[in-house]
Amino acid sequence: MRKLAEWQLALPLALAFASIFLAPLLMLVGVSFFNDDKISQPGFGQWAKFLGDPFSYKVIADTMLLGLKTVCATIVIGYPLALIYLDASPRLQKVLIFIIVMPLLLSVVVRTFAWIVVLGREGVVNTLLMQLGIISEPLRLLQTELGLVISLTQIEMPLMLLPLISVMSRLDPNLRDASSALGASRWRTLFKVIVPLSMPGLVAGCLLVFASSTTAFISQTVIGGVRLIYLPLLIWQQSLVVFNWPFAAVVSLTLLVSVLTVVSALSYLGRRSGGYVHG
Amino acid sequence: MQQAVKANAARTLDVEDLSVRYGTSTAVDGVTLAIEPGEVVALLGPSGCGKTTLLRVIAGFVRQATGRVRVDGATIDHLPPNQRNIGIVFQNYALFPHMTVAENVAYGLRARGLKGPEVEARVTRFLETVQLGGFKDRLPRQLSGGQQQRVALARALAIEPSILLLDEPFAALDRNLRLDMQIEIKRLQRTLGLTTILVTHDQDEAMSVADRIAVMNKGKVEQFGTPVAIYDEPQTLFVNGFIGTTNLMNGRIASLQNGSATVALEAGATIDLTAPAGLGIGAPVLMSVRPEQLTLSSVPGPDAWKIEPGLALPIGAQLVHEARATDGTFLKIIEPRRAVAADAARTYCTLAADARPMLFPRST
Ligand SMILES: Nc1ncnc2c1ncn2[C@@H]1O[C@H](COP(=O)(O)OP(=O)(O)O)[C@@H](O)[C@H]1O
Ligand SMILES: [Mg+2]
Repeated sequence: MRKLAEWQLALPLALAFASIFLAPLLMLVGVSFFNDDKISQPGFGQWAKFLGDPFSYKVIADTMLLGLKTVCATIVIGYPLALIYLDASPRLQKVLIFIIVMPLLLSVVVRTFAWIVVLGREGVVNTLLMQLGIISEPLRLLQTELGLVISLTQIEMPLMLLPLISVMSRLDPNLRDASSALGASRWRTLFKVIVPLSMPGLVAGCLLVFASSTTAFISQTVIGGVRLIYLPLLIWQQSLVVFNWPFAAVVSLTLLVSVLTVVSALSYLGRRSGGYVHG
Repeated sequence: MQQAVKANAARTLDVEDLSVRYGTSTAVDGVTLAIEPGEVVALLGPSGCGKTTLLRVIAGFVRQATGRVRVDGATIDHLPPNQRNIGIVFQNYALFPHMTVAENVAYGLRARGLKGPEVEARVTRFLETVQLGGFKDRLPRQLSGGQQQRVALARALAIEPSILLLDEPFAALDRNLRLDMQIEIKRLQRTLGLTTILVTHDQDEAMSVADRIAVMNKGKVEQFGTPVAIYDEPQTLFVNGFIGTTNLMNGRIASLQNGSATVALEAGATIDLTAPAGLGIGAPVLMSVRPEQLTLSSVPGPDAWKIEPGLALPIGAQLVHEARATDGTFLKIIEPRRAVAADAARTYCTLAADARPMLFPRST
């Protein structure tokens, strides 16, 4: 009787989830199995067209690589930042957390356009490097993958830092002291104690950054331009420029499946190597 | 098993005029302790008096504002914690949660560059020393509190430290286990001849485990001596009140002559005592006397004062009386039960024959 009552309490939420997430997804799957853009002839035509084209695989690979590169860059920069945060005094920690969260309060569009100012031909980076005499010709940063990874790293950084910091600051500070008293160097303590124990936060951060950067349509198109083609741009072109909804649905589902695959692989690897998860 | 771990040469530990400040507050204030080789010293004091901070300075986690720490005469202040070779057991044990018991114990050995079979052998030896031979592959969270503590102890001992520091090691254990662990730690410490500092806020624990006790209050060491000296001859009012129970009675010094003082108690009696230094005639004093050093009597006298008897509670082999003196002081008197005659007229209180009351200056 009680079980039934509790189950019933969850019903409204379940219905909401079903109507908001499940129904559109099913419609997407349905639409992808039509051959024509009028959605009148059912068939596998669009899937065959997409999967038969080598270009599709290049776009999928580029998108996944973009995500992985961004994940790597956020780890390389974010992990030391998290360690600095951990060592900071409580006052400094408050300032740091504000700086970390601030980008989330700004619209992605604003942040992306800020990067155009920074990376452009006559942008901050090029002006500075030229004035310092390090380069004579402006570097091409906009509409390159490098520029895109740089901006995505900054844009997605909070998604790496927040879970990382939240897990790290829950670690018992005595563990570091214990390691050190037992004779371990700082590096040994880092790799044998802190990294394994912060693994849950690191994995969560990687998943968020990966999922977010592979689907960051605005940043990808504004900074990457039309020369760099990723799955989200393809979806936008097919659905809102060419109005080929079935094909757009095929690309969307491909993006979804690819992201889910990498995300599951990441979290599986994280659990294997980390070994320890709170609980 | 006693022979399984050989004793290494015990070290002296000297703490000299050590102070630690956090911002404007002083957590440790000019502490000096000279600890003999193989000695167990208890740091005893109320919560927040700076015991852990002192331990953390010795281990190298906190830098002192002033003062020095010496092991065998050589200062260690310039050494980072990982080069001090000091074993520490934390209050919460701080076992590495992602490592098995064996990996925890092996951690310090691996950090020292030991490999394979040698590590294995030492881990086995020290786990057997703490009677956890069969628990190698467990994770810390699969152990009870007492077992976790033993792992922490084995981990600290495995590196063969020169000094052992224990921060409230028994606080989280239940009573029976606590006694077992106290005995075990004492036994191991003896076998290894390890100079040991034990932090505690439990006076019984300090009394039973330590060779000497340093009583701390507000960052200062108030008294450093053997348990007997601390109990029988507390040097300050704080030590007096913190160790054991005591009765405090108001009085004034009535006369002083060649080393002896006569104290007039407000309860209405005069007591002859050894004169404390620095107190003149008429100085207000507090006389402190342990409950077992008071006795009830039916005869009035110059050194007996009138009381109003209260409850009498038999506790074990003793009878604990409550009484109220005429100046309003509540007294606690403990007598052996057999000595008590069923005599309702015992309305006077006096010092027992072997009483050693202490005098402290009183601010009025
Ligand atoms: N990291 C710290 N920052 C600021 N104050 C501290 C810190 N650690 C301890 N203190 C203060 O120093 C004093 C002594 O603390 P502690 O050594 O932990 O006492 P105990 O172990 O005797 O309970 C306390 O008043 C405590 O608030
Ligand atoms: Mg403490």
